Amino acid sequence: MAITFAWIAVVVILVTSVGLLLVRDWRLIIILLAVQYLAMLVLILQHWPLGMATVKVVAGWMSAAILGMTRSGLPAQKFDDESIWPRGRLFRLFAAGIVGLMVSAATPGVSTIMADAGFAVTSGSLLLIGMGLLHLGITVSLLRVTIGLMTVLAGFEILYSAVEGSVLVAALLAIINLGLALAGSYLLIASNSSEDVEPEVESL
Amino acid sequence: MNAPTIWIVVPIFFGVLLLFINSQRALSILGGVFAAVLALIAQFVPLEEALRVGTFSFKIDSSLNVLGRVLVILPAEGSLLALIYGATALWFFGAEASKTATRLVPIGLMITGLMVASLAVEPFLYAALFIEMAILLAVPLLTSIYSPPGRGIIRFLIYQTLAMPFILVTGWLLAGVEASPGDLALAAQSTSMLGLGFAFLLAVFPLYNWVPMLFEETSPYIAGYLLWILPTITIIFGAGFLDRYSWLRSSSQLIDALRIAGLLMIVTGGLFAGFQRHLGRIMAYGVIAETGFSLLALSLDPQVGIPILFLLIPARALGQALWSFALTIIQDNVETLRFRATRGLLRITPFAGAAMIMATLSTGAFPLLAGFPARLALWEGLSRVSLSASLWMGIGIIGLLTSAFRSLAVVSMAEEYITWERRENLTQVSMLGLGMIGLVILGLFPQTVQYFLSELPTMFERLGR
Repeated sequence: MAITFAWIAVVVILVTSVGLLLVRDWRLIIILLAVQYLAMLVLILQHWPLGMATVKVVAGWMSAAILGMTRSGLPAQKFDDESIWPRGRLFRLFAAGIVGLMVSAATPGVSTIMADAGFAVTSGSLLLIGMGLLHLGITVSLLRVTIGLMTVLAGFEILYSAVEGSVLVAALLAIINLGLALAGSYLLIASNSSEDVEPEVESL
Repeated sequence: MNAPTIWIVVPIFFGVLLLFINSQRALSILGGVFAAVLALIAQFVPLEEALRVGTFSFKIDSSLNVLGRVLVILPAEGSLLALIYGATALWFFGAEASKTATRLVPIGLMITGLMVASLAVEPFLYAALFIEMAILLAVPLLTSIYSPPGRGIIRFLIYQTLAMPFILVTGWLLAGVEASPGDLALAAQSTSMLGLGFAFLLAVFPLYNWVPMLFEETSPYIAGYLLWILPTITIIFGAGFLDRYSWLRSSSQLIDALRIAGLLMIVTGGLFAGFQRHLGRIMAYGVIAETGFSLLALSLDPQVGIPILFLLIPARALGQALWSFALTIIQDNVETLRFRATRGLLRITPFAGAAMIMATLSTGAFPLLAGFPARLALWEGLSRVSLSASLWMGIGIIGLLTSAFRSLAVVSMAEEYITWERRENLTQVSMLGLGMIGLVILGLFPQTVQYFLSELPTMFERLGR
């Protein structure tokens, strides 16, 4: 039963990660990111107890909320035209397909190396890492860069949960996820500002 | 009371408190004095020994338990902490004159605390998590919320973040290699992962394109601080890997890889610096070459290389602090740091110009300056291993020296009949003067820092003995 759920989670991850590449509406992007973290929870549950695994999804959702709230406060016109290059959806689908092929080829080997983490866990993790890297490679948009990094980290966290069950690591990774979202939000706000509004700092 | 609380928890909390202060001077003095006090305690108060002050007796324990894991600062690491916090104090005292104190002091203190935590955490491979937290904190340090971030900051965030997964997975794989040393495939995989992780973290060639961008986009003082503390502590963390795993230490391929990476950074850093027409970018390539020197020191026999590695630290801290401080002052007085805008600037910022040239020369191993003794020892050690490698190191140094002389030519090339009009204030002049004197003292009397450095190699169980 657990394995079936894990494979369903892998399919969800495939849909959300490809969706993140293709979708242009930031609201949909945030929703897909939140769903991706839910699928991540299912895969982490293969190795971790519910209590600890929940930390991941809560941190992920909080990160998504931080990014969504920041983006919602920024004017629309600045981000409507995503600076993704190349822009064609077909190209991105093709690239995602190549990532998918590479993941299917690498899964058995990586699963063996990572203490027999299981094919579902390994393929879900590698999909996220691959799609996240692809995302980072084809965008300069700050929102997408942050989401790309969060996707890579989510994939890594799934794989790492198979070999490491430390509470400290779980806590630090949750802090890093939140920190990444905060850093991304900071950069998003900064990118929307102009230098002439900087207030004078008191200099004694 | 325990050491991790004093040198990790307290600085982080103090940094948070300092966020509420807006005065440049107050921040600079508070942060600088605080860091200097931590450095003095680290140097002079022994750990794990009962001390009596009047009727009051106390002992500083070396460990702190956090969520089932432990942060440990060993007594042998006292001098390293003194060096780190002493250099941090140096940066903080200069922050007021460079007008960066409001961001540098509070966030810098937190970053320093996290980087010390990365050296203290057990199991040591969790250090990658603390380094990543420091990198995330560096984002608001590098860019103001009131100005759009450049590409360099985004690349910095991406490259440094990608390092963490590689290092964490490597740590786990290495344990497997130790358990079954005959598994050559696993050994090769883990070494490759380790190499990739450190290549991202240390901005090894060709992953360093964000460094020059950062020096163009942000305050050189802040970029200089970050590119001092991150590589310095990361290299000590990297040496920890070599110390713990005997098969890594004895792997000739890894030693060759370290040597080639170091040489590539020195040669490309030196040559690119020699051809730049932007003072900030010249410093960026100088910083890249500095990391190359450290990697090269790691590639030597530990008996020779580890003392050189530690000898490089104070010279790098002082040289880089002085260089970035001088650049910040220059930047305030010219339109851009490009050569065309800095022609003849010695007439308006003579001390900053001289300090910049001296720091560049020191990085380029100019005799009798701070960088010279360590580089000379490194060159000698390298020539015993490989003459061609030492020749390549020489080419990199020539590139760095060329950049220094080109900069000197540009900044002294004033139009005729232009009068001297010094724009540096007294604080800036005195700090620059002290820094230049420090460079000369470290170059003429390198034994002055031996008091701090002599015991440092013993922090490594096997490398340093």
